[in-house]
Parts: sequence; C-alpha cells; structure tokens
Amino acid sequence: MSESAPTAADTRRLAEEARARVRFEEEALELSDQVYRVARRLVGTREEAEDLVQQAYERAFRSWRQFTPGTNMRAWLLRILTNLNIDRGRRQQRSPQTTSIDTEAGDYFLYNKLESQVPDENPDEERVLERLSQDSIVDALADVPHDFRDVLVLVDIGEFSYADAAQILDIPMGTVMSRLHRGRRILKKNLADEAVPT
Amino acid sequence: MIDWCEKCEEMMQPFLDGSLSADEVKEAERHLEKCHWCAKRYHFEERLRHYVRVATAEPMSADLKAKLAALRTPLH
Repeated sequence: MSESAPTAADTRRLAEEARARVRFEEEALELSDQVYRVARRLVGTREEAEDLVQQAYERAFRSWRQFTPGTNMRAWLLRILTNLNIDRGRRQQRSPQTTSIDTEAGDYFLYNKLESQVPDENPDEERVLERLSQDSIVDALADVPHDFRDVLVLVDIGEFSYADAAQILDIPMGTVMSRLHRGRRILKKNLADEAVPT
Repeated sequence: MIDWCEKCEEMMQPFLDGSLSADEVKEAERHLEKCHWCAKRYHFEERLRHYVRVATAEPMSADLKAKLAALRTPLH
C-alpha cells in the first residue's frame, strides 16, 4: 500500500473527529461531580472513590469512540466505573446474602421506632427525622450489603432509573426492583438500630 | 376484611417511586386522605429519601477535579 498525502476529505474528517472528542471530554468532565457522588458511596473511603473515578475517566477517555452520542453518558461512565470496581477485587455476587437480614419489619418500622423516642405527644415528621444525624445516615448506608447498596446508591442517590441501574450493574430490572425494595428496608433497619439505643 | 394501613404500608415504596397503576394510586390516596397515621409515614419516607441524598453528598476535591481535567487530549 502506498502512502499518499492526506486529501482534503481526510483533513476534514480528522478535524471533525478532534472536535467530537473535545465535545465528549467536556461533557464527561461536566458530569464528574455527579459521578463522584455516586462512586463515593459505592466504596468505603474517599481515597478509593478518587482512585476509581480517575481510573474510570482514564478508561472512558481512551475508549470514547465506544460511546454512542445522544445516549446517557452519565450511565455509560458509571458502567465503566462499576466494572472497574468489580475488577478491583470486589467479588461479584449473583445471589446476594439474604438469609441473615431481617427486613420483615415493614416500611413503617423506622418511623414507629423513632417516634417512640420523641418526648412530645404526636410529633410532626420533621421532629421525628431530626432523630437521625448525618453521620448515622452515612454509617447506616455503608453497612448495607453491597449488592443492595449498589442499587440503592444508583437509584436513590444517583437518581438513575431502574432501567439505567439494570444496565449499569448488568442485572435484570426485576432484580433492581427487588434489591432496591429490600435495600431500603435494610437501610431503615440499620438507621433504627443506630438511632434507638437497645 | 382488608387492613388498609397494612396495604398502604406495602404500597409506600412503589407509590413514591411512581410505579403503581393508576387504580392503585387512587386506592392509596383514598386511604391517605382519611388516615393521618399513614399519611405521616408517607411524608416521613419522602423526607427521608431526600435527607439520605443530601446527607451522603460529599463534594469532589479540587485535586481530583484538576487530575481529571489534565486527562483531556491537549489541543494543538
């Protein structure tokens, strides 16, 4: 194959590709705060989250051509990040450990527990919510087993749809819904345990 | 006989997620209008979800932000 000087069409194509790449990188960087916010709660420490986000962006920038313009870039970045997190040694569990977790208490359980701690008769919801400190929420979330926590973090903190969460975690949507339901109950059970002295 | 408070408790998560059918939403709303006890718990859950989002938000460090910006392809 002989090498020839680039044609005008080649030059135009290269320039167009360079512009597309810059647009991609700018858009990805604009999403970095949101990506970090989710990453921070998927892992245990700030250092891990920072490493993970950096690696995810390195990989995303290398494979930017695989992104389909017009689709959800935040979900695409989180998919890369979640895969990296699993590669980093977190064992992927297809069937999460559920036997030891009691979530039969129902969805009113936390409110009922907290309300009983408020001295006033028939307190309003804000007074009940005040029983929970910011730290207790962070700790209670960290104690949710990771299969449930991943879904909880993506949907309730990252505000992803069930469908996006299913795609990011590569699990069926029905599994997202059932893990979310149980994950929220586990979170509330943990909060009740933290807030209410036994 | 249906225990409506129990039914409402079961419907709370899908209700707040917007994943109930129109008939189920009507059913829940009819009960919530009459039942202050359940309505309080629904409102609490809504506030709790918001609080969880706010309480767990940790801003990204300027250092990481700079590292990510440095990954950009240099402009020629």
